[in-house]
Amino acid sequence: MAPRCRRYPLPLPRSSTGSGSRRFSFSPVDSSSAAESGVAGSTSRALHSGVAWYAGIRGKFYEGKQSSDFYKWGSGLSLGGVRHARVASMAAVGAKFEAKPEDCIEVSVDGKDVTIAKGMTVLQACEVAGVDIPRFCYHPRLSIAGNCRMCLVEVEKTPKPVASCAMPALPGMKIKTTTPLVKKAREGVMEFLLINHPLDCPICDQGGECDLQDQSMVYGSDRGRFIEAKRSVVDKNLGPLVKTVMTRCIQCTRCVRFASEIAGVQDLGVLGRGGAEEIGTYVERLMVSELSGNVIDICPVGALTAKPSAFTARSWELKSTESIDVSDAIGANIRIDSRGPEVMRILPRLNEEVNEEWISDKARFAYDGLKRQRLNEPLIRSADGQLEPVSWARALKTVAEAALKVNPDQMAAIAGKLSDAEAMMALKDLMNRLGCERLWVEGNGEDTVADLRSNYLVNSTIAGLENTDACLLVGTELRIEAPLLNHRLRKAVRNLRAKVGVVGPETELHFKAEHLGNNAEVLASIAEGKHPFAQTLSKAKFPSIVVGSGVLQRSDKEAVLAAVQTISQNANVIRDDWNGYNFVLLNAAQAAGLDLGFVPGSRATVGDKSSIKFLYLLGADDLTPEDIPVDAFVVYQGHHGDRSAYRADVILPGVAYSEKEGTFENTEGRTQQTSPAVPTVGDARDDWKIIRALSELAGVKLPYDTLNGVRARMLAVAPNLFRVDELEPATPLPKESLPEVKAKLESSPFKRAIENFYMTDPISRASKTMAQSTAAFSRS
Amino acid sequence: MLRQVASRGLAVLRGAAASQRTCAARVFSSSSSDLHEQIRRLGPLSREYSTALNLHRNTTDNNPEVPFEFTQANLERVKEVLSHYPKNYKQSGIIPLLDLAQQQNGGWLSISSMNKIAEIVGVAPIRVYEVATFYSMFNRQKVGTYHLLVCGTTPCMLRGSRDIEAALLKHLGVDRNEVTADGKFSVGEMECMGCCVNAPMIVVADYSNGVEGFTYNYFEDLTPERVVEIVEAYRKGEKPKHGTQNPERLNCGPAGGLTTLLGEPKPPPCRDLSAC
Repeated sequence: MAPRCRRYPLPLPRSSTGSGSRRFSFSPVDSSSAAESGVAGSTSRALHSGVAWYAGIRGKFYEGKQSSDFYKWGSGLSLGGVRHARVASMAAVGAKFEAKPEDCIEVSVDGKDVTIAKGMTVLQACEVAGVDIPRFCYHPRLSIAGNCRMCLVEVEKTPKPVASCAMPALPGMKIKTTTPLVKKAREGVMEFLLINHPLDCPICDQGGECDLQDQSMVYGSDRGRFIEAKRSVVDKNLGPLVKTVMTRCIQCTRCVRFASEIAGVQDLGVLGRGGAEEIGTYVERLMVSELSGNVIDICPVGALTAKPSAFTARSWELKSTESIDVSDAIGANIRIDSRGPEVMRILPRLNEEVNEEWISDKARFAYDGLKRQRLNEPLIRSADGQLEPVSWARALKTVAEAALKVNPDQMAAIAGKLSDAEAMMALKDLMNRLGCERLWVEGNGEDTVADLRSNYLVNSTIAGLENTDACLLVGTELRIEAPLLNHRLRKAVRNLRAKVGVVGPETELHFKAEHLGNNAEVLASIAEGKHPFAQTLSKAKFPSIVVGSGVLQRSDKEAVLAAVQTISQNANVIRDDWNGYNFVLLNAAQAAGLDLGFVPGSRATVGDKSSIKFLYLLGADDLTPEDIPVDAFVVYQGHHGDRSAYRADVILPGVAYSEKEGTFENTEGRTQQTSPAVPTVGDARDDWKIIRALSELAGVKLPYDTLNGVRARMLAVAPNLFRVDELEPATPLPKESLPEVKAKLESSPFKRAIENFYMTDPISRASKTMAQSTAAFSRS
Repeated sequence: MLRQVASRGLAVLRGAAASQRTCAARVFSSSSSDLHEQIRRLGPLSREYSTALNLHRNTTDNNPEVPFEFTQANLERVKEVLSHYPKNYKQSGIIPLLDLAQQQNGGWLSISSMNKIAEIVGVAPIRVYEVATFYSMFNRQKVGTYHLLVCGTTPCMLRGSRDIEAALLKHLGVDRNEVTADGKFSVGEMECMGCCVNAPMIVVADYSNGVEGFTYNYFEDLTPERVVEIVEAYRKGEKPKHGTQNPERLNCGPAGGLTTLLGEPKPPPCRDLSAC
């Protein structure tokens, strides 16, 4: 079975069946299967700007998926089956990029004719033909540098080998990649690269997954002719996340280009020249970016490696599990590398529509928090105030007794940031059966309504935000709240010169953005059309608004959201072919919680917490001790002894995301599942199972005994949560159908939703690496 | 000649060099033990580069807090330089601006001067550092009023540039890239300055008269004695005659007068235009 979570981009966009243009295939597979593929997957794909779209898949993240079977997309890869018509039409937004037959040329690679788009490089042509070209400096998501010279190929009628990554393919070019000239040229390049590269593979963390090591197996010699000393380079301090051994650097400049083009921090540069050339910051400076860990992945050698996992494991010892990140609401696709019961590192997985191939530093490095502060046995607070270990039976019985003693009106349940949909489903069912309707998910606020799905999702989709040409950010620090979404917006600014206006706390977003003010008056004046940015939005072709879920914590949130609705209507943000209304969630649990209706019911009291006598916390830690009444019975079910555990009367140990199969929905409404990578600790149990067992003791037995049973229940409540790896877009309702809002805007400024990016949830708060990052990168 | 290993930031540790030597020797030892000896005779296998350290360390006179401003007169020049380039390509002016800043700053670029230029052309400071570290004629540490640059490229080296440098260093009592106590002289190394016909040669960058009077003078056909005389002349405030120091030579002509091409050169044979 093909790995279910992978979404590979097509090597070239296929013309939509509805577009009327001749169906055209670029596939090296024969024409009959190409024709079939045209029928099977008619979704057209927006071509990313320039040559940056991904023509090839290779390298260390994508093991098990060789480029050869990637090119069989005609039969093997579809875009995830049935799509909503809106997605297809939104993809057509990029129709201007669509390759037409007249935009194509034919070249021959090793005697095989391939059809490629104009403007592709020789290297990309070779990839279309299924020929792997060795490379160090070329990276499909970065600008072309052409400085490593490893990708030399022979082109007929040229006197010298050409660097294929930097040479545009021309019609009729005859490219040869297997000739003795090519071999000799690459061997020469390799010999030069190895002149200054230390022979420290045995102590290098990149060993086993090093591009230089791999390629020297093909092009390297068993001895060198260079008898002088190798040079040595001063190591740079890039902070607690990225370890540098600059002597190993081969000056491919990928990290420099990543920093300036993707992360947007202009800190790294190429210093010096010739043999003295080195990568550095010149002045002593840390690389402060939420995406800085990605330089570790793009570094082809061991110059940049992960500091937290230095010298801990070899790549071949690790078991890889494909999973989903829960540190924010983006749902980045990750690979958890584990050895035995220990998570050794976390790497990104390719998913063009979610995280491309990047993940945030918190997703990558917070894993050491999984080993600290863990709850591994049920605990009950004894009469003397100490927590004492007890059996599961006794713990559950205590909880059930306490719950049954309390009037349902005086009960409340809060789902934490990292809760999976299954546990939330079970908890909602349990609480509802006990008569309690006072439920909310952390981050959503206590009185959120979940009636309109389009109001709490990133409707443009994460990838679709790249197409916007004017964007208004309301009450959000996007770089901190959702670094990968910020990166998409940054792409729009870079590629489409999108204009970005910010109403909210002033933050460096790493791209050009106009700070319009941090108060509701600005928002009101945009809504009234008085503010110049209102014109910018209404003139834009694909206007968008990004609202941070920090506004949910405001007392005038309805007025704010109404103002945003007005702006979106005035600027025509929601149309049939484009929905630019985006609500960015903060936490992994929020979207699924809203979809499942994990919100206060109509009879629930809201606001005053002093009446609560029984509080069920499903990994929820945001309440301060003052929020919880002294006489309340607090149940804490979670995996970390975090803030709320200190207040708990009973602690039920649950499992972390790396240990369970849980469903999560990301902020654009895409359902994804984690997979268990490591066994759970101690006596901990799956969260939904704990609740199921508790329900029996409380006399309200839940009607499911298996994970599939819970999921069947989820299917009944929110069918989209059953369709894993699919994006379920929301249908926007016209404004007229919405209830009128009478609330008034308040003048208070928008607050920061996240004070410290590196510590937002129980796992990252328990992480030493994140503590070090906080110390090194804190913005105060 | 002893290399100034210690004074160079990129020098390789001697220990590392020694182990490298053994490694290299092991590869070839199967053929001959003479080679081992040859390698040993190569001396310390360190790598030397003409550029200085690619790293800035704050000192009292070179840190981002030390203010740098272009003078009013030079601000006019800055404007003039930037007018050469389109408005959206102001970064093309980085090199001329660095040159201007270096002349104003007495021959070297402080970190704040580079930051200032980054601000003027609207790029991140690192982009300016990249340029400044690339070109060896930009000095990123203090130099003397007269910065003496010895050509170290092959023709000059074969004609004795190492001796010229040794004479200079000995006479001035400094290491390479070190400034004399009176702040007047410093010695650096340059790559080929296109004067190979009159090798060996040095260049004297003369910062004694600011931006207006800045000169960059070649002194060619040098001997260790003559180069010391030049230094002494500068010390006295004289401006020694630049160009070839060989009295028998005129510019780059042959010493002692022409030996060939003595007659009137024959005109090239012309086509018979009437033939076409």
